[in-house]
Amino acid sequence: MPEPSRTPSRSALGSLVMIAAIVAGGATAFAYTAGWLSPQRLTPDKMVDALAPPGGPALGHRRNHAKGVCFTGVFDANGAGTALSKAQVFAAGQYPALGRFNLGTPDPHAADATVRVRGLGLQIATPDGQLWRSAMIDVPFFPVATPQAFYDLLLAQGSKDPNAMKTFAGAHPEIAAFGGWAKSAPWTGSYAEERFNGINSFIFVDGSGKESAVRWSLVPAAQPVPVSPDDLAKRGPDFLEQEITDRVHGGPQRWTLRVTVANPGDPTADPSKAWPDDRHTVEVGTLTVQKIEAEQDGPCRDINYDPTVLPSGIKTSDDPFPAARSAAYAKSFDRRTAEAQDYPRTATGAKP
Amino acid sequence: MTMARQHFTPLQRLLHWLMAICILAMLFIGVGMVSTVMPKYLTLVSIHKPLGIAILVLALVRLGVRLRDGAPALPADLPEPMKLAAHLSHYAFYALMIAMPLIGWGMLSAAGYPIVLFGGVHLPPILPQSDGLHATLWTAHYYLAFAFFALILLHLGAALFHAFVRRDGVFEAMASGSSAGGVAPAE
Repeated sequence: MPEPSRTPSRSALGSLVMIAAIVAGGATAFAYTAGWLSPQRLTPDKMVDALAPPGGPALGHRRNHAKGVCFTGVFDANGAGTALSKAQVFAAGQYPALGRFNLGTPDPHAADATVRVRGLGLQIATPDGQLWRSAMIDVPFFPVATPQAFYDLLLAQGSKDPNAMKTFAGAHPEIAAFGGWAKSAPWTGSYAEERFNGINSFIFVDGSGKESAVRWSLVPAAQPVPVSPDDLAKRGPDFLEQEITDRVHGGPQRWTLRVTVANPGDPTADPSKAWPDDRHTVEVGTLTVQKIEAEQDGPCRDINYDPTVLPSGIKTSDDPFPAARSAAYAKSFDRRTAEAQDYPRTATGAKP
Repeated sequence: MTMARQHFTPLQRLLHWLMAICILAMLFIGVGMVSTVMPKYLTLVSIHKPLGIAILVLALVRLGVRLRDGAPALPADLPEPMKLAAHLSHYAFYALMIAMPLIGWGMLSAAGYPIVLFGGVHLPPILPQSDGLHATLWTAHYYLAFAFFALILLHLGAALFHAFVRRDGVFEAMASGSSAGGVAPAE
């Protein structure tokens, strides 16, 4: 609106101040959204930074579960899963699988016998173009209840304060169950003898829209043979990779994919709480591992086993971990793909 | 001045304001989602992807409309550096509106991620899986996003400068229809 009573210069100055204020307001809102004004916000960067060992991360490698070996094989669905989920991966049939056996350590050169937690990353592709990715561990539950608690655990583990872990355990008593598992669960000499658990709760959606809260596990066909950690240490730093390579060379290795359905009221939002053993389970198919390849030139290297890559028919639940894992895995992936020169491939595309 | 239009066409104005909302939302969602590990991360990502593709489609339509309908001439008395800045900023906007979604799409392709629009609707990858490509595109997407927001702030400041300081009709060319602006273009 024209304001004839004011001099043009004074009016212009006022307008310029107003314009500057509006632009500055926009910039501030953006900075706030980006977290620059919220140092307490738990960001993917912080989570990934906290995973790094004291000497810094191993460049070019995954920031956790850094040591691993690739496998390829198939998933044979028996059709039983279609009662719970409309995802094509549960329709009777055979689908290609691409995965990675791994160790829960940020050090890709850790000696196998020194790492308590073993894992399996899995991708199953179906003809409808959808992917199902999952990253599982041999622990039957997660050590802590929330992503923030996991971050605090990483800080406590890396702390110079001798009481840091004691303080953490006081605030997060659920960690005691993991301590008990780490002490008492038998060690084995083979990835093929491990049961791998999805840990987190997801929602299966069937063809009629009915939803079921589930967790899943890969149950090995091979009989676990307990071996003491001292004996495992004598087998060499990379015995797990050598063993699984030899074993699969001798014949494919199998796991049954078992889906556990929650009862109403079971804790779905807290992966530190295992569900009772009597819950309804459905065996939906068999994973067959047919070939092992070194990670360095293997097909699993550039796969981010993001547990939120799900086919239509599976979705996330109120469990906060898949989102946190997705955010942190993406950050780890972003960093390591930018550091490929620090983890050079040995072959130059010669291997299939 | 000749008989040239003083306003963008209604379709151009609709596209401008619709895309302004989409792009601002996109940039805020983008910086918000990469700064949190909370469950809203997944919600934000699930909006970011289809919204990016929607912006790409709208930008291509808008480019076609702009090539067909042109734009009102800038005021004759606008200093040359400001005219140059106006023209360059428009080129930059079109380049970013089209490039950013393509870079994002290419980045997801190079990472081997499925490109989910909604439900079971996926887009095909537009690049082969490659860690090097992913790293390059990720860096481009990240820094261009901040450049895009800076350009928007500049654009906002310039638009308000035209509206309240110069009062030369440039703001009204996009803000309003034929005579509804209330402020006549300055002579």
